[in-house]
This record gives sequence, structure tokens and C-alpha cells, in this order.
Amino acid sequence: MAGKIVIETKELTKSYDGVTVVDRLNLHIREQEIFGLLGPNGAGKTTTILMLLGLTEPASGSAWVYGYNPTREPLKVKRLAGYLPEKVGFYENLTARENLRFIAELNGISYTEANRKIDELLEMVGIGDKADLAVGKFSRGMKQRLGIADVLIKSPKVAFFDEPTAGLDPEGINQILDIIANLPKMGATVVISSHQLYQVQRVCQSIGILSKGKTVIEGSLDQLGREALAGGNYRIEVEIAQPNPKLMDILNKVPGVRKVETEGNLLLVNADSDLRAEIAKVVVQSDTSLIQMKIQEFSLDDIYMKYFHEDARLTEE
Amino acid sequence: MATIFRKELADYFTSIRIFILFLLVFGASAAGLFASFQGIRGIGTETGFVFLKLFTTSGTAIPSLTTFIALFVPIIGIALGFDAINSERSSGTLSRILSQPIYRDNVINAKFLAGIATLSIMILATILIVSGYGLRMIGVAPNAEEIIRLFLYLVITITYGAFWMGLAILFSVLFRRIASSLLVSIALWLFFGIFWGGLIVPAIARTTEVYLMLQRISPATLFGEATEVLLHPISRGAGLLTAGEEVSYMLFNPLSLGQSVLIVWPHITGLIGITAVCFAVSYVLFMRQEIRAT
Repeated sequence: MAGKIVIETKELTKSYDGVTVVDRLNLHIREQEIFGLLGPNGAGKTTTILMLLGLTEPASGSAWVYGYNPTREPLKVKRLAGYLPEKVGFYENLTARENLRFIAELNGISYTEANRKIDELLEMVGIGDKADLAVGKFSRGMKQRLGIADVLIKSPKVAFFDEPTAGLDPEGINQILDIIANLPKMGATVVISSHQLYQVQRVCQSIGILSKGKTVIEGSLDQLGREALAGGNYRIEVEIAQPNPKLMDILNKVPGVRKVETEGNLLLVNADSDLRAEIAKVVVQSDTSLIQMKIQEFSLDDIYMKYFHEDARLTEE
Repeated sequence: MATIFRKELADYFTSIRIFILFLLVFGASAAGLFASFQGIRGIGTETGFVFLKLFTTSGTAIPSLTTFIALFVPIIGIALGFDAINSERSSGTLSRILSQPIYRDNVINAKFLAGIATLSIMILATILIVSGYGLRMIGVAPNAEEIIRLFLYLVITITYGAFWMGLAILFSVLFRRIASSLLVSIALWLFFGIFWGGLIVPAIARTTEVYLMLQRISPATLFGEATEVLLHPISRGAGLLTAGEEVSYMLFNPLSLGQSVLIVWPHITGLIGITAVCFAVSYVLFMRQEIRAT
């Protein structure tokens, strides 16, 4: 990614009643990328976002958003940043249009400009026909869409979405993610906090995984995938016609193979590199019929699980 | 801040709660008018201030308008303030508003001001309605002093309402649940309205001095005494002077406006003081509070 770093935290720390929620966090988010802030519940994702917005003061360390310190200059940051809280709420007695107009007024957007933008945004998030309906009658999915329109009305340079897909049906999730995926084209940097890995994987270019307030890993998805692979984690699945006990030993002797497991007709080979050609050769030579072979691609899930297993082991020790 | 103020005011005036409160207020004005209609003929007019009698005369069974107002103003104040902050918090709008480029104190200031504006409109409406119909009923126009006394009464009533609203806002900052803040506000109102002045103080006070001192801790007493002195020019207030035997030597003539104001000056100061304290405490708590979505 070529973009310059626009959001940065340095040793950012926050504790509540002696419990450290965010622990010396270092994050780097580049301009116009979608950054996924991942981690299990209670990892400190929301607290981090609140500190970046200046809604919560860090105990120590610092954060920078487009060159502004959110603790010292919260208003300047809030002018640039849109925030969709996890449990987004609207004034239920007002219509969608009125809710958005209120936010527009708070941002100093003129009446005519606000009206134009409201129509445009509501159309974009797919609730254009419900503009004059009281928000109290909205479903969860519609409120979430309205929430996105609400973030975008101020044309933010950076948008924070806290669990934007929580509580939505699969179709709703896809539509929301599509909208979010398009935001960088409109010039916004996006930060999504989530524990829904697959969804984040679809739209993010970079991720940071948090656990117990610490960054476990941070970087672009490609790079992280390579790192995981370089760690010797090629996993090749070999399906054969009938079990062959001798095959285990043969495979173990192939240079580069680390471990072989069997599950009936399936052989799971852990290797240092892509050994499919060699494996195919030895399988065929051992008079076993090879049905198929595939290499497992590393998904975010694997990266996530890998680091979390390590993390769990560390805490056990 | 003007934006939030406007929205809050619009919210107040479109809510069912305010509609009911207005009904209550107008019902009370009607009852007060009826009371003075029943009672005003039996009252001697030798001390003057006939117009003020409209507000303070009670009927055969119906209490006077000032009694109604003393009863309703705290309820209005509490109703305007008890969910000011925590309803926004629980509905998730607070974190959305605070992530906009506005100062945090604007939110609470605007809410407080919108509440006072609503309160003022209600009380002013009551007084004007009663004045208007009363004028038609008794046919005696108020003189300048009466108008000034009524105006002072209006100011002190608004302050009293603002105190209860400030207290309710304080509880709405303090408690996360709307039911808690409402119950605690009402409990405090009942405590000062009934138990403090009626039961506790008479039970523990040994001397008149201590009795009066303890009584005046209660904002309800402060308001009651101030009303009495302002609208009953004959009254000397419940001061130490009038508590003893000296009462029998008192001349039966009304006090001048200046003297009446002098008597209630500490009351007014006290009411404004506790209102300011309530607001300041809620302000500080709100500024320091953690704003989370959940």
C-alpha cells in the first residue's frame, strides 16, 4: 500500500479501575484503505476507537488522526471523523431525514446542501423510500443503513464502524459491506472493528488483531498471509482411493515434509513449501490411486486462530 | 448549541408528556380561579392588593392557585429533567451526538436551557391565564406594585422549578436507568414535601431557632415562605421576629415592596444557589463521564 499513514497510535494505553484494557497499542492506518480492527469480545477494540475519536482519554501514550491529537483537539478530529457506534441509536420520534438533518446542522452544513446530501445518501444506502418515516418503525438493518448515511453526511475523511454487521441477516451484511467497500473511492479511510473474520476479510486491505488490549499482529492481508506461510504452514490435503499404512512413512521421508496425519482416506501433509508435485509422485509410485490433492489457502481465520492459539498458550504458561 | 436547544425544545413541545403536563397546569389554573371565585368575596379589601388575592385565595374546598403551583412546579421540573441524559445514553444517541464536532457541555447546557424555556412558558401561561380571567371576573386592575410582586413570584417559581429540573438532570447523569432517576427524584420531592417539614423537623427540633433553620434546608419551605411574603404583603414571613410573642404587637398593615423583597432575599439567593449547585455537579459529572455505546 502506497498511501501515507494518517492514523497512528504510539504506546496507547487505557485502564479502567486498574484493569488495563488497551495496552501499549501501536497501530498504523494508511490513507484510503480499509483497516480491520479484529479481536475477540473485550479485546479493547471499542475503547481504541473511542480514544481515536477523543471520546475517551488515554491513560498514557498518544494517538494521531490526520495530524491531530484527539485528546487535545477533539473538535478538529470530530470534524474529520465519522463514527458509527456498535449500538447505534436515533431519535425514534423523528424521521430518518430529520435525524440526518440534525447531525448535518451540528456539522454546520447548510439547509439546502443537507437536503441534497440526505436524499443522495439515503438512496445510496437503499432506504431512499423511507426518508420520511419515523425511525421508531425501522428494523435493525434499516437503522444500520441509516447509521452509515449518518456517518457519511459530514463527508468524513475517516470513518469508524464499530461492529457494523452485528445483528444483521446475511443479505444485509453483504449490502452493508458493499457500501463500506466503496467508501475509499469516495476519499475516506475506513476503520472497521469486528470479530466477524470472514466479513472483514472480504473488504479489508489491512488488519490489526487485538487481544487483551495488545496488538497481536498488524499489517496488510497479503503480507500477513505470506508471513504465516513462511512459518512453514503449507497444508496439503491428499485424498487417496484406499488407506495405505506404508504411505505415511514414504511421505515422511519426502524432504520438506514436517508432519503427516491420516483421517481415513485423507492425508494431511504439513510442509515447508508447495510439495504437491513431489507428493503426487511418491503416492503414485507407492501404487496408491490418487483421487485429488489440494493446498489449503490461508484465510484470515487461520491467521487469527494461529495467533490466538499462541496467545492462549502464552497465558497458560 | 442553538441547534441542540432548538431540537430539545421541539422535542419537549411535541411529546405527549408535555401535553399532559400542560393539561395539568391549565386544570390547576382553572381550579385556582374557581377557588378565588368562591373565596374572594369573603375577604376584606381594606389592605388593598385585591388582584394578588386572585392567586392566594382558597375556596371552600379547593386550595388556592399558589398551593397548586407549589405542588406542580416540582413535578414539571422533574418531568422535564429526569431522563435528559440517560435516555440518550440508553437509546445510543449520546455517543452519536458527542462524536460530532460540538463541545460536550453544549449538550447539557442546551438541555438545561430548553427545560427552563419550557418551564417558563408553562408558568407564565398559568399566571397570564389566571390574570386575564381574573381581571374579567373581579374587575379590579392590578397596580404597579402588584405587577412587580407577581413578576418576582414568576421568577422565583421558575427558579424553584429549575432547581427540581437540575436535580432530576443530576440524577439522569448519575443513574444509567431512567426508572432509577425518576424514582429518586420523586422520592426526594416527597421527602422534602411531606416528611422533612411535616414530621422530621418537628420531631427533632428543640427550639424555634433550630426548627426554622432545619425547615429552611428544604427548598419547598424556601419557596413557600417566599411566595407567602411576596403575594401577601401583610405577611412578615416566618422569621424569628414573628415567631414569638412580638406577633401581638405587630401593626396590621402591609409591608412595602422593598421590605418584602428584603425578607425573601435570602430565600431567592438560596434557591438560585442550590439550583446552581445541582447544575454544576451534573455538569462536572457529565464532563468526566465515560461515553460508551453500551
